[in-house]
Amino acid sequence: MNEFAGNQLPIEIIYLVASALFILSLKWMSSPTTARHGVWAGELGMLLAIAGTLLHHGIVDYKWIAIALVLGTIIGVPLGRVQMTAVPQRTALSHAFGALCVTLVGTAEFYLRTPEISRFMMAVLSMEVILGSLTFTGSLMAAGKLQEILPQRPLTYKGQNFVNFLLLVIAVALAVYLVLHPEARQLYPFMLLIALAFGVLLVIPIGGADMPTVISLLNAYAGLSAAAMGFVLNNKLLIVAGALDGSSGLILSVIMSKAMNRSFTNVLFGAFGQVQAAAAGAQEAKQVRSATAEEAAAILSAANKVVVVPGYGMAVAQAQHKVRELYDALSKRGVDVRFAIHPVAGRMPGHMNVLLAEADIPYDRLMDMEDINSDFPQTDVALVIGANDVTNPAARTDTTSPIYGMPILDVDKAHTVMVIKRGMSPGFAGIDNPLYYLDNTLMLFGDAKAFVGNIVRELTGGGGHG
Amino acid sequence: MNSSILINALFIFMLAGFIGFEVIRRVSPLLHTPLMSLTNALDAIAVVGAIVLVGEHKSSLSVILGTIAVVAATSNIVGGFLITDRMLKMFKSSRPAAKS
Repeated sequence: MNEFAGNQLPIEIIYLVASALFILSLKWMSSPTTARHGVWAGELGMLLAIAGTLLHHGIVDYKWIAIALVLGTIIGVPLGRVQMTAVPQRTALSHAFGALCVTLVGTAEFYLRTPEISRFMMAVLSMEVILGSLTFTGSLMAAGKLQEILPQRPLTYKGQNFVNFLLLVIAVALAVYLVLHPEARQLYPFMLLIALAFGVLLVIPIGGADMPTVISLLNAYAGLSAAAMGFVLNNKLLIVAGALDGSSGLILSVIMSKAMNRSFTNVLFGAFGQVQAAAAGAQEAKQVRSATAEEAAAILSAANKVVVVPGYGMAVAQAQHKVRELYDALSKRGVDVRFAIHPVAGRMPGHMNVLLAEADIPYDRLMDMEDINSDFPQTDVALVIGANDVTNPAARTDTTSPIYGMPILDVDKAHTVMVIKRGMSPGFAGIDNPLYYLDNTLMLFGDAKAFVGNIVRELTGGGGHG
Repeated sequence: MNSSILINALFIFMLAGFIGFEVIRRVSPLLHTPLMSLTNALDAIAVVGAIVLVGEHKSSLSVILGTIAVVAATSNIVGGFLITDRMLKMFKSSRPAAKS
């Protein structure tokens, strides 16, 4: 008999309250003004659930529980204090930890319950373990890539999709066999190992620019595996939390895949990350116009409306704080400065907003792509810092471009476009950007941090009036 | 597991999935990163399953695996809530807050 905490009425009631708190927690995340209440509701729900579980009458030994809770806290605190630029890899790592927990519990349950296990239970348990283990290794690979321990570029070889598909089929076939013959316990480690290997191979071919989609998808998998664990343990709170996490990951995956112009099925089956073969067109020497910091400062201070378009390059150059100084200097002169955030700016959904918020830029100045795009024609200056493909007008017009159809920020419609860039090298996808050759575009060549700093100096020091 | 428990569990899963969709659809893209770290922390509620596994002490394998599972989930809870709160504290409005 597998009794679980959920079978005791007081604990069931505590779990019910915790479920409500979890839902409220996510509901309050809808606005920055209530979001912190969301964290508190989540914490309270978690505390109640853990405290209630400790009252479970089946628990006979508290020693290892106590040790594990202390150890987990010791590991968790530094993971909660990482730098904001490192949040994507931290998130990937925590997907891995969550999936590890689910996989280990599933494995222990397998050996405790087999061979007397119902077919349905074995099926759910297999799903829990397969999803959990592929999420575990996949998330570790994603974290490694984001931390740049592993190469960021996609590692691909011929027949890769076939090998991956074959591994998944074998893992599922083993699961089906175990459902029919749960006494064949010796097969279980193979199913586990193959799912672990599949996770590695799933993420290896994916490049750095696709990480927002991958992280979201792994988030969804982690949620689904936790929900499967809830079925196995008949724990309703776990089912609720897993379903919430799973739908959150799914929604974010859809948003990310739309923002990168990938179909959702394309994403679901892991075919993302294929290197887009850039059309190596004849590189005729097209003319670009460039400007100095002094000229840029003059144009910016004469503007009424400025939209800054930050990309991950800005974060790499650590230019956020200089950008904030620019925002201050221009705002002081009465210039309306806003920021246009593409959904895939940064390394995970919403990452750019966090980086700018960290630099003390007020959140009501941060605009979504849909909200800002119609404003570009009335914008005097669009200042692009470290962003490339998300501003490429070829995505709108050039049907032969690999990024054709991808939603972009329409910076080219602004009266003047200024692009801060190190040189004329193409962006992530290796695609030339026609934006740079437009008549209303000025290229500002240099390091983003240094160049923005120079503009700020011109605006604050050079001015002297007022 | 008899079939009525299964059906109950499926109902809960379905309803929670829809609630998740409706609630999370309303989250501003501004907060997608803290959203993900928050759902991550909430997902670590799996710790309750691991706690019971360890506490019941049914086999040494289950205690070993369960202990590691509790460590992993607890670090997600602690780290996840910490970083979510740190991020949210950074989001400030330019309009003066409506306080006295």
